[in-house]
Amino acid sequence: MRMRANTAIGGTLIALLLGAALTGAFWTPFDPLRINLRARLQAPSSLHWFGTDEFGRDVLSRIMVGASASVVIALITVLLAVTAGMVIGCAAGYIRGWVDRIIMAINDALLAFPGILLALAVMIVVGANKAGLILALGLAYIPSVVRVVRGTVLSIREKEYVEASRVIGNSEAYSMFRHVMPNAIAPVAVLATSMFGWVLLAESALSFLGLGVPPPAPTWGNMLAASRPFMETAAWLSIAPGLCIALTLLGINLLGDSLRDRLDPRMAHG
Amino acid sequence: MTLLSVENLRIEVSASTAAIVEDLSFAVDRGEFLAIVGESGSGKTAAARAVLGLLPPGLRTAGGRIVLDGIDLANVSARQMRTLRGPIVGMVFQEPMVSLNPAISVGAQMAEGLGLHEGLGNRESRRRCLDMLARVQIRDPERTFDAYPHEFSGGMRQRIMLASVMLLKPKLLIADEPTTALDTLTQREVLDLMVGLARDHGTSVMLITHNLGLVSRYAQRALVLRQGKMVETGTTRQILFSPREAYTKRLVEALPRRGATTKARQGGEPLVSVRGLKVGFAGRQRLFRRDNGVSAVNGVDLDIAMGETVAVVGGSGSGKTTLGRAMLRLIPTSGGEIRFRGRDVTATIDRDFRLASQLVFQDPYSSLDPRMRVGEIVAEPLRHVPQLTTTERDRRVDTMLEEVGLAGLAARWPHELSGGQRQRIAIARAIVREPAFVVADEPVSALDMTIQAQVLKLFERLQAQYGFACLFISHDLAAVEQVADRVVVMQGGRIVEQGSRDDVFDRPRHDYTKALLAAAPVLDFAGATAERASG
Repeated sequence: MRMRANTAIGGTLIALLLGAALTGAFWTPFDPLRINLRARLQAPSSLHWFGTDEFGRDVLSRIMVGASASVVIALITVLLAVTAGMVIGCAAGYIRGWVDRIIMAINDALLAFPGILLALAVMIVVGANKAGLILALGLAYIPSVVRVVRGTVLSIREKEYVEASRVIGNSEAYSMFRHVMPNAIAPVAVLATSMFGWVLLAESALSFLGLGVPPPAPTWGNMLAASRPFMETAAWLSIAPGLCIALTLLGINLLGDSLRDRLDPRMAHG
Repeated sequence: MTLLSVENLRIEVSASTAAIVEDLSFAVDRGEFLAIVGESGSGKTAAARAVLGLLPPGLRTAGGRIVLDGIDLANVSARQMRTLRGPIVGMVFQEPMVSLNPAISVGAQMAEGLGLHEGLGNRESRRRCLDMLARVQIRDPERTFDAYPHEFSGGMRQRIMLASVMLLKPKLLIADEPTTALDTLTQREVLDLMVGLARDHGTSVMLITHNLGLVSRYAQRALVLRQGKMVETGTTRQILFSPREAYTKRLVEALPRRGATTKARQGGEPLVSVRGLKVGFAGRQRLFRRDNGVSAVNGVDLDIAMGETVAVVGGSGSGKTTLGRAMLRLIPTSGGEIRFRGRDVTATIDRDFRLASQLVFQDPYSSLDPRMRVGEIVAEPLRHVPQLTTTERDRRVDTMLEEVGLAGLAARWPHELSGGQRQRIAIARAIVREPAFVVADEPVSALDMTIQAQVLKLFERLQAQYGFACLFISHDLAAVEQVADRVVVMQGGRIVEQGSRDDVFDRPRHDYTKALLAAAPVLDFAGATAERASG
């Protein structure tokens, strides 16, 4: 019962998010980029549901447009980090030997770096745009996936069903992809859902530093960043994107949990 | 005089009120040795834990009375219950590898109970601990006292566990499958110690086990449980030799008996032949040197003919599992040669050999990929059979599942099956490609006794039908006696004795073989006096 409630809440939140992002692509109550200095810093009203910002732009419209940008960035980044991290981590943990040593040496060096700094360095090289942001954040989050996957694989490779696969005559690569990798997904799924949140936040941090998606195009991150000077006088400016990020995270986490359980045959009846 | 009396005990699953134990009544007298016999799911562990007031979460006592040493446990608060655990009732668990805290030294763990219940000072409790360690025949009590659990083998840990429980001189000792994880020789030593200690302190023992051999050797009375209900109770002799109930009879009959040997095809080259096989594990790399390695298999010669079953027996650490893995070329060898159908397969990766040899694992819970359906698992080996159409493959999988008595279960997941069913799947996977050589590594030791008998029978039938040769690795001499044509006894990586099954069992020559046979808990059907705990 409890799990179904979680799934329902998570599903609703994510549906709302996707709905907002899709609608935002075609229609918004106001033009999100139109500056109207006579209507600046207005509190939420029946006309502007979420208020207006320091240039008089409608916050709701900007949130809707920002939703698609933020979510697309976060989703692709997480997918990139998880896919690359799975393959690299599996290779390191399953093959062991010098492959493992080289991969892990590089990986540990990268892990020792704060992810945001790494992303910053990459952004400076590839330039501040959406693709650059995705690449930078993806690279920054690969090492933690590699760590988790390698650890899991180290225990799975000793399982007897992997040995059984070898006895059957399957190649090592087949054993790795067919038997080891699927069983290493659970911890990565957990990591991926929390990573989604980090990426949303990192995107806002980079935008704040002027390295994210360049203004005036709205993302939740750069809206949050831009709202800082007005925190005391116009709190709705930070509350709207902040709440959106928080609710999205909640939705992703709830949905991610039930998705993970659904994907695991052992939990399917739980 | 009665120490423990249990009346109409009922234990339920809290969520559903389904009964785990129903209407169970029994009593244990002072100094008595009672065995509670049952298969998994019989509720034997739950019943024992109810006496300790330590039911796992999700279970609750729903009725009945437990009176321990004159105290009705229904009126005892959780705090009072704690003062009873230790001095009145102690428990030894099944898994010695996890029942000691790895972060605390052995001495500190043992002294914990003394400090709590008897308020002894450091010096006094240390002296008592050292005495007790010496009593359980630990060679160097002083060093053991300061050592940590990981430095000891399973048998040693179980002795330490026993010592720390018996330190408090409990009136009742509950031992839950205390030796199931140990090999035959160690099992005998630990149980002999337990019985001796119990007699010294006048402790009653409640032994929970599925092993009827142990019951016959140690217990005075036995109680047979099945699905939470008592089937039969009586003296050990009566239960084992003149059981009244059909289920008890089935249990006794499930004990392996000596079967007829299959006539191995004589003449010609042996199917698999091993000469001077050595397997070593490299020592740990230290800063400037490498520790001395361990040689697990040290010069083994062995021939296996087509269709023959050769059993390898020995205690843990004798190298029998390593030998099996090395013969399948799963671990690198460090010397000697392996020939398959006369071809040297030691160094080269021989595809024919790989496809014609198979392995059945001990633990059916970890040998099946949890993310594959039963049908996929059994079909997987057929990937390497060339020119097999999908329909043919499905047909062979179905036939195979039918052979192992699991027709129609192809769409199930492994976790939906019982241990015995899983092991049948593992056997089906090994046999589906019709291999010439199968290594079975303790294939039944993780299973319940009636299931063991079924799986052994199945294995024999399949062998007769498909004619594969088998290397049967086991420490369970009873199972070996049932299936083997020839027996090889290993100790310390060497073969110390080999011969036909009847020769080895009836006329053992080597001392180690004799010790193994003497330690094997078998029922004495001739009715000769079985060794008794006391009285």
